[in-house]
Amino acid sequence: MSDSTSSPRKPVVGVLALQGDYEAHARAIEHAGGLSREINRADQLAEIDGLVIPGGESSTMLKLIDYENLFEPLKTFGQSKPVFGTCAGAILIARDVINPSQASFDLMDIGVERNAYGRQRDSHIVALQAEGLGELEAVFIRAPIIRRVGSEVKVLASHRGDAVLVTQGLHMAATFHPELTADSRVHRMFVERLNR
Amino acid sequence: MFGSLLQDEQFRLKVGLAEMLKGGVIMDVVNAQQAQIAERSGACAVMALVKVPSDIRKDGGVARMSPISVIREIMNTVSIPVMAKCRIGHFIEARVLEALGVDYIDESEVLTPADEENHVDKRDFKVPFVCGARNLGEALRRIGEGAAMIRTKGEAGSGNVVEAVRHMRTIQREMKALTMLRSDELMVAAKTHQAPFELIEWVSKHGKLPVPNFSAGGVATPADAALVMALGAETVFVGSGIFKSDEPEKFARAIVKATTYWKDAEKVLEASEELPDGMKGLDVSKIPLDELMATRGW
Repeated sequence: MSDSTSSPRKPVVGVLALQGDYEAHARAIEHAGGLSREINRADQLAEIDGLVIPGGESSTMLKLIDYENLFEPLKTFGQSKPVFGTCAGAILIARDVINPSQASFDLMDIGVERNAYGRQRDSHIVALQAEGLGELEAVFIRAPIIRRVGSEVKVLASHRGDAVLVTQGLHMAATFHPELTADSRVHRMFVERLNR
Repeated sequence: MFGSLLQDEQFRLKVGLAEMLKGGVIMDVVNAQQAQIAERSGACAVMALVKVPSDIRKDGGVARMSPISVIREIMNTVSIPVMAKCRIGHFIEARVLEALGVDYIDESEVLTPADEENHVDKRDFKVPFVCGARNLGEALRRIGEGAAMIRTKGEAGSGNVVEAVRHMRTIQREMKALTMLRSDELMVAAKTHQAPFELIEWVSKHGKLPVPNFSAGGVATPADAALVMALGAETVFVGSGIFKSDEPEKFARAIVKATTYWKDAEKVLEASEELPDGMKGLDVSKIPLDELMATRGW
């Protein structure tokens, strides 16, 4: 029997661990008060309260998702549980993707263009104002741009006129990498959703 | 101060891209057609080079940066990051690759060195660099010059994983040893490793490199890829193996699978089963000393 004296159960947050910076997300989740779990098999989805899809190469992740028959299980998970996607994860969570077009889970009503700022030399770090969080350092690496925002989507932060941190229902997406800074406020926002 | 190198905004962006490549496979390609196959098979990046290492080994002569037209065509063909190799110390090849807009430069011992003493000063480039290393001192010298990713050298084009294992184990062991030293013992460690003091101090405190540590040189089967991951590699570079095999796409997919699922022996078994045969390997001890690529650079 586990000891259930005073503190409530910490939410268990899965990180899709196929390719990308999933270890950085696991650290950020722990800092934000969650318990992290690496997820790369469908049967593990039953053990988690929410899922983070990390940064990395979205097309590479899609190949692995396809080879391992994970597409439907992940999409089904997202239809009832919260999912947070950063960069590549924001691409996978979107309704439609261009440059080039590719499959996605259609969990948020956003349209995303891959590698929209250019190549690595166009990667950059900026300070942003985010609703409910104040100033944030945002690291953009070969980042996508959210070109279309549906009417149900709430924009929490923008950069050069484009939405970069958005929520819709249970889900969140960021085109930058909060996991690459020591600041865990964005992850805390997600972990707190799982406590509701 | 290296504290400021590691905190520098450009350096963080360079390391950031290396972070995004973790858990994946970076594949050597010599043309756009191969790049397309690599991308389709699940590569997280491709490395453009003039010939794969086993052909460089076979054909001899001077191996240089790839023709620009080939790299440009690769960049226009795939959406994943494109890396390209320049010769050790050839800072002009590096500037050309930077101007072209490649995502990463590999200052590589696989090409014929342009400078037998000096490596490129990589700090004032906007494009990130990866460099090879056989031991901790070499890794930290390259990071001191501005490399944002280290890969163990292994012995490229040999199809033999023994050198990759030796280099990965050496770096891991040397890092672990540093964590047991007192602070007043670190200067002599810097002297022994011939590495910048501030980076020795950083490794002593954290027990790992301040940049991602990938593995290269001699990975020829899915089990080889899982082995180097288990020894501490964060990503695998695969060179000659893929496009020297009879079925490149199948081979590439099997390596990708074994790299992702290295902790899961059943998945490595599946990957191994999908692959009939690895490339024919060379006994590293039989390669003449002056033909070893790992000993290029210092």
